[in-house]
Amino acid sequence: MAADLEMRPHGGAPEQAPTLAATGQVARRQRISRLSRYVLMAASLVGVAVLIYLAVVTLDQGWARLSWDFVTSYPSRFPERAGLRSSIIGSIWVVGCTMVLAIPIAVGTAVFIEEFAPRNTFTSLVKLNISNLAAVPSIIYGILGLTMFVRYFGLGPSIIAGALTLALMILPMTVIASQEAIRQVPPSVRQGSLALGATKWQTVWHHVLPGAVPGIMTGVILAIARAAGETAALIMIGAFTFIAFDNTSIFDDFTVVPVQIYNWTIRPQEAFRVNAAAAIIVLMAAVLTLNLIAAVIRERFRQQY
Amino acid sequence: MTLAAHGAPVSYEDLRKRPFSRLFERVILAALYGCAFVSLLTTTAIVGVLFVEAFAFFREVDIRDFLFKTTWQPLFEPVSFGVWELVAGTVNVVFWSLLFALPIGLATAIYLSEYAHPNTRRLLKPVLEALAGVPTVVYAYFALLVVTQDILKPLLGDRVDFFNALGASLMLAVMILPTIASISEDAMSNVPRELREAAYGLGATRMEVALRVVFPAALSGVVAAILLAIARVVGETMIVAVAAGSTPNLTLSPLESIQTMTGYMLQVGLGDAARGTIDYQSLFAVGAMLFVMTFTLNALAQWVVARFREVYD
Repeated sequence: MAADLEMRPHGGAPEQAPTLAATGQVARRQRISRLSRYVLMAASLVGVAVLIYLAVVTLDQGWARLSWDFVTSYPSRFPERAGLRSSIIGSIWVVGCTMVLAIPIAVGTAVFIEEFAPRNTFTSLVKLNISNLAAVPSIIYGILGLTMFVRYFGLGPSIIAGALTLALMILPMTVIASQEAIRQVPPSVRQGSLALGATKWQTVWHHVLPGAVPGIMTGVILAIARAAGETAALIMIGAFTFIAFDNTSIFDDFTVVPVQIYNWTIRPQEAFRVNAAAAIIVLMAAVLTLNLIAAVIRERFRQQY
Repeated sequence: MTLAAHGAPVSYEDLRKRPFSRLFERVILAALYGCAFVSLLTTTAIVGVLFVEAFAFFREVDIRDFLFKTTWQPLFEPVSFGVWELVAGTVNVVFWSLLFALPIGLATAIYLSEYAHPNTRRLLKPVLEALAGVPTVVYAYFALLVVTQDILKPLLGDRVDFFNALGASLMLAVMILPTIASISEDAMSNVPRELREAAYGLGATRMEVALRVVFPAALSGVVAAILLAIARVVGETMIVAVAAGSTPNLTLSPLESIQTMTGYMLQVGLGDAARGTIDYQSLFAVGAMLFVMTFTLNALAQWVVARFREVYD
């Protein structure tokens, strides 16, 4: 319909087809409308252009610095000797522990809301609360972690304190993603299972959750990417430290890759800027891979029902 | 109560299991209640932690000084805790980042929803959403070392400070672009076809349909997107802490060094302010204010969607 209006043969000979060609005011409006397409298209390409520009700048500055030595060396005062070893190990520990803590609670909350929750004040409070928690800035979670886990529980600036903090931070987004995945499972699956005599939990465990797994996985992977890139909350709990050993316990002090990038970015020397760019390449490679995996899972399992 | 399939007799074993499975169901339900309770506990803990320490702060500092004075000078004499200087820093970056992100974000949303071929949309939307997945410390690096050093400095010379609000605002704009574009696009796509068809039937052009029919109909979603984007800028820490400076400054000038609320909080977090000192407690006063601001913005966004959504048939 719209295409017909705009694809009238203006270019042809208007004298021969006077009824089709717009003239005067109408022609002007149609010209403006055609022009608007290109203006809007250009504007929407700005985001893509920025993404490409930033990628090119980073690769240009950091690519030459990337090497096996860079990934496996401890941080150092000397930029050319400094590396990511302790921060990569720290990131893996913290993100791993975060997931172990967050996934069961997030899926449990989502199952509760979607499958078991009675319609009462408690339920609506939980729902409202989750959407509000999703909007709380990460630095506030950092303050919570600092006060509760680091100081009150006496865990110090340890891996477990960082993981608890990040687990609370990613909980809302994981719950929301899991809720959506559970909602995608059609009611007929539940009715079938219940009609055959399964209990409520048997239905959820054997039929609803397996169907929701791809959606939950997508949400979880995006949450991993978010946790792996978090900086402010972990600086607040004390991850801005010099670590020159491999973490072996959840009670170790630690640092992570984003904090290391921050550390190198704020140094005045040019050589550290190169290190920061190289570390960004490593971090972005990890984050984009996670995003890609999430996208593939989402596409692969889209039309299951 | 339960009969086994084909009328076969229910075995003693089956019956014996029943009480246990019922007990098991109860235990599971209790565990699920526990999970749901964690989120409530988190909110309680956040509010508790922030406000207990903030109250301690306001025993030392008059709350009227905090809210009405305009000098934030916690570290040297004369000590002054007028939060407006930090709020001004936050408002500064909100203003300038929206100035860039709003037109581009809305144009992107309109293009994707009303103009683009479905294949173009399928390609472009994930790319835009990738921008939302970039860790903010990466944007912080770009804001300081690429935008300010490689673009703003050569362009504006000495008129722009090394740490300045503009470099941070430009990267904040990139950060919130997907928020604005994606949520607005969802709202526009949800406007029913009939409205567009009626407008086309009356002879409207594509642009007229987009701007005068679809956009107004989706306005509540667009406003919610903008409010959520503002909340993200207000709460963002790394970009402003790295690139915008650490000098509290009551200005909306984009070229000067400023400090936002989050920037101050990170500064305190980096130093080892001892527990119980006034510096340490000021962290919670500013944090409480930040929490109230983002909470209000989020609640406002939800209210706008609920209250002003155009409901069709």
